[in-house]
Parts: sequence; structure tokens; C-alpha cells
Amino acid sequence: MWNNLKESKTGILGLSIVLLVIVVAFTATIISPYDPVKQDIINKMKPPAWSEGGTWDHIFGTDQLGRDILSRLIYGSRVTLMVAFSGTILAGIVGVVMGAISGYYGGWIDSLIMRIVDIQLSFPFILLALFIAAVLGSGLQNIILIAGLSGWVRYARLVRGEILSIKEMEYIEAIRSLGGSNMRIIFRHILPNVISPVIVIATLEMAKIILMEASLSYLGLGVPIEIPTWGRMLSDSRVHLVTSPWMAILPGLAITLTVLGVNLLGDWLRDYLDPKLDF
Amino acid sequence: MAKYLAKRLGQSLIAVLGITLVVFLVLNVAGDPVQLMLPPSASQADIEAMREEMGFNDPIIVQFGRFLKGAVVGDFGMSYNYNEPAMAVVLERLPATLKLAGAALLISLIFGIPAGIISAIKRNSKTDAVIRSISLLGQCIPAFWLGIMLIMIFSVKLRWLPTSGNDSWKSIIMPAFTLGVFTAATITRLLRSNMLEIMTKEYIDVAKAKGLGGYMIVMKHAFKNALSSILTVLGLQIASLIGGAVITETVFGWPGIGRLAVQSITNSDFMVVEAIVFIMAISFTLINLVVDILYCIINPRIKMQ
Repeated sequence: MWNNLKESKTGILGLSIVLLVIVVAFTATIISPYDPVKQDIINKMKPPAWSEGGTWDHIFGTDQLGRDILSRLIYGSRVTLMVAFSGTILAGIVGVVMGAISGYYGGWIDSLIMRIVDIQLSFPFILLALFIAAVLGSGLQNIILIAGLSGWVRYARLVRGEILSIKEMEYIEAIRSLGGSNMRIIFRHILPNVISPVIVIATLEMAKIILMEASLSYLGLGVPIEIPTWGRMLSDSRVHLVTSPWMAILPGLAITLTVLGVNLLGDWLRDYLDPKLDF
Repeated sequence: MAKYLAKRLGQSLIAVLGITLVVFLVLNVAGDPVQLMLPPSASQADIEAMREEMGFNDPIIVQFGRFLKGAVVGDFGMSYNYNEPAMAVVLERLPATLKLAGAALLISLIFGIPAGIISAIKRNSKTDAVIRSISLLGQCIPAFWLGIMLIMIFSVKLRWLPTSGNDSWKSIIMPAFTLGVFTAATITRLLRSNMLEIMTKEYIDVAKAKGLGGYMIVMKHAFKNALSSILTVLGLQIASLIGGAVITETVFGWPGIGRLAVQSITNSDFMVVEAIVFIMAISFTLINLVVDILYCIINPRIKMQ
């Protein structure tokens, strides 16, 4: 695996970006120069150090309430990662279980689950996400729940397809005739076979979840207002575009870079684990 | 053909019903619409009065029956903000969204198709590398950030284009571009990989052996065969275009149903939200139906089942 990764420049770049974001998120309390929510009105809207009027006290400048942008970016990575990982895991579990049930048992339950999948795939999830966020209220848990609900269909489709082809194979028949239960067949003999495409989908879906969380935060329906997030920083910047463009540029760069890193890693994983996979 | 269409229409109807049911359940079971619609200072008596008036004290089945009966004829009740029927409010803004989504689709095809073809023909060249990098970036940039950056450059700095609204032909340029970038990138990447796969097929060798020129091979044989996969993706991309409109319209103050959706959600004008979800669900299923039919026309080998 490592040898293959060494040959892929984009794979290394992707992995480096993802690792960087993870390290930043875990060490936020240590590396962050300021308290991300501490207001300092006297020093509000200071430009970054490299532009005119900027100081090295605030390398990336400050926002409209004098909060340090670098510190907010650092702390923002925590929300991004938390939602990305929890949402991906939740979606993965729901999707794999639904797909396994659908593919293994077939019949009406298969039709029902696949209809739900079709409905969800044909509908822009952001609208339902907005709706759910508005009804349930904002909060980290709700955003993770929404992320989980949005992504499960791809796993379900994939796992169902794989199971349909695997369950007819002779070795499954052999296990059944030896008295293996359905659960044993699904968990011990079928699911291990689908793990690598699931990992690939999980990485690519994670990129989408990061974008969705940022969008919800931008629209003001993400996590509570006192928690710094990249999406919220961008929506704060909206009215200060003329005077303080850095407030908009930096958080956007952070989101784009993170999504890029995750996507590059996903592309490499796909080529490495399952070159036949095409999506 | 007629039988196939009837079956697909039936499925579409079930899909629309399913989405309306989800919206109804989220609003009425997971949340309390009355609490959401009244200000926090409302007294218990006010809440009770509103419940009775809106029929929220009836059993949930009765409520859903009433909701469905209204939905069939497009009656979702009155909007609180506009004091008009919710459906009328939505329909009034629908053309703006369709115009924006159409323009974005056009932009994504104009950029995506040539980029995908060139990238495939000039595989592993510098041009290919540039196109691939740009299309990858196009899938990673959040639409709202791209929108803000465009506003910063073309409205604030250069003063070429208006920041928001829908007043002149200039207004649609930035929103349509912002919305179309993701789809353009998706089309480019998909077309490239499909064309590359097709170029290895035997019939391409046959075409070459016949002495056909490069242009004929690429356009008549490879591109034509790659087209059906593009259509499938387009069906799904239209969903993301209309979904993306929610964000893009908010960034650019575009007066369509996406921005209306966000406003209605933040103002708890849920009748309008229900009407929007319903209209969107119908648009998608119709568009997907059209895509399916086109798909069969382009590729007659696919049986209509």
C-alpha cells in the first residue's frame, strides 16, 4: 500500500492535507494563538500581517468583532472533522445494513428500500436538510444526523449489488448447508467482501458532507452561533466584502483545501483498492 | 412504449407522494408547527387557539388526509408572510429558478463537453493535466464561496456586473456560472473517462482501419457512444442544480424558489416550504422521465422495461 502511495503524487498530497487538518483539530487548544470567541472591539477588522496595516499579532487578521481569524480557522476545523467523520460513519452503518437487508432478503423489503433510495437520489438533499435543521433546531447532533441521513443511499446501492452477486456463489451455499445462520453469512462471509468499495465511497462521501455542513452553516442553520465554523465565518464576511476581503477568502480556502485533500485521497484509494470501480 | 411510460409515471407518482409524506412527517411529528410559527412570547392560550384553528388537534391521519387532498389540487394553505396562497407565492418565483438552472445547465454543457473530449484526445498531455486540475477544483470549491469571490472580483473591484437581483441580462452571468461549475466539472471528468474507455474498443480500431479521419472517429463513434452515460448523469445533476440553486440564489439575491425556501424556513412559513418541496419533487420526477425517454431514443438497444 505504501509503495503504491509513494508513486501517486496526488495521493500523497491528499493524505498530507487530511493529516494536517486532523493534527490541527486535535491540537487546537495548544496551537491556537487566541481564544476563538474572545471579542476585542478595539482591534476589529485588522488585515492579515502581509497586507497594509496588518500586524504579526494577528497573522490572518481579525473579524468584525475583533476575533482572531487564525484561531477561528483552527477551531473551525474541529466542527468540520467531527461532522465529517461522525456523519460518514453514521451514513455508512445505515447504508450497509439497509443494503445488506435489501440484497440478502430480496422481495418486498428490497423493493421498499430501493424505492426510498430512488426517491432520495432524485431529490436535492440540501432542501430536506434545511427543512430538518429548521424543525429540529440547530445543533451539532442534528447536523450529524442530517449528514448521516443524506449519505446512506450510495452505500445501500453498492452493498445490495455486491450481495446480489455474492449470495449466489457456491461457497455461500456450502455455508448454508453446513447450518450457517443468515446473520453469520451476512456478517462473516459477505460483508468482508464489500469493505474496500465501502471505504472508497466513504471517503468521497465525506467530501460531500464537509461541503453540506459548510453550506448549512453559511445559511445560518448549522451548529449554534457561538461555535466557530468555516461556513459561519464566510456568512459573517458577506457584509464586509469591500472593507475586509480576507474574512471571506481565508475560510473558503480552508474548506476548498480540505475537500480537495479528501477527494484526492478518495481517488487514490479507488485506484488502489478497486480499479474497476467507476463513479 | 406506452406501457413503459405508464409504469414510469406510476413510479414517479409514488416518489412524489413519498417526498410529500416525509415533509409532512418531519413537520408534524418531529416538530410542532404551531410552536415554530408563533413567536416565543405567545401564551399557552394563543397556542391552543391556533392549534384548534389550524386543525392540529385532529388525529394525525385526518391531518395527512387533509394535507394530501389539498396537495393534489395544489392547495397548501395560506402563506403567513405574503398573505397569499402558498402555491401562488411559489409559482410566481418558479420561472426565475428555471431560467437560472437552464442557464447553468447550458454553461456546464458548453464548458464540460469540449473539455472532456479534448482531455480524452490529448490524454496525459499538459492540456489534459490543466483540464483535470480545473475540473477537480470545480468539484471541491463550495458554491457559495465561489459566488462570493466572483462578487468580490467582478462587482466590487471591477464593477462590471451587479452583485444581486434579476434586472438585466448581466445579472444572470455570475449566478449561472457559480451554479454550473460543479456540473461542468462532473461532465468533464465523466466524459473523459468514458471516451478513454470507448477509444480502446474494437470498433474504433475498425473505424481507423477503414481510414476514417480522427475527427470522424472521435465525434461519430466515440462521442456518440459516450453520450448515453452523460444523459444518465444529467438526470441526477439536475437534482443537484436545483438543490444548488438554494445556495446560489441566496448568495446572489436571485428572486427564485431557492431563496424563497431559505427565507420561508427561517421565517417558519411552512406552508410555502411544503409547496416548494412538492413543486421540486414534481419537476425532478418529470425531468428524470424525459431523460429516461431520451436515453431510450439515443440507445435503442436498451429495452424499455
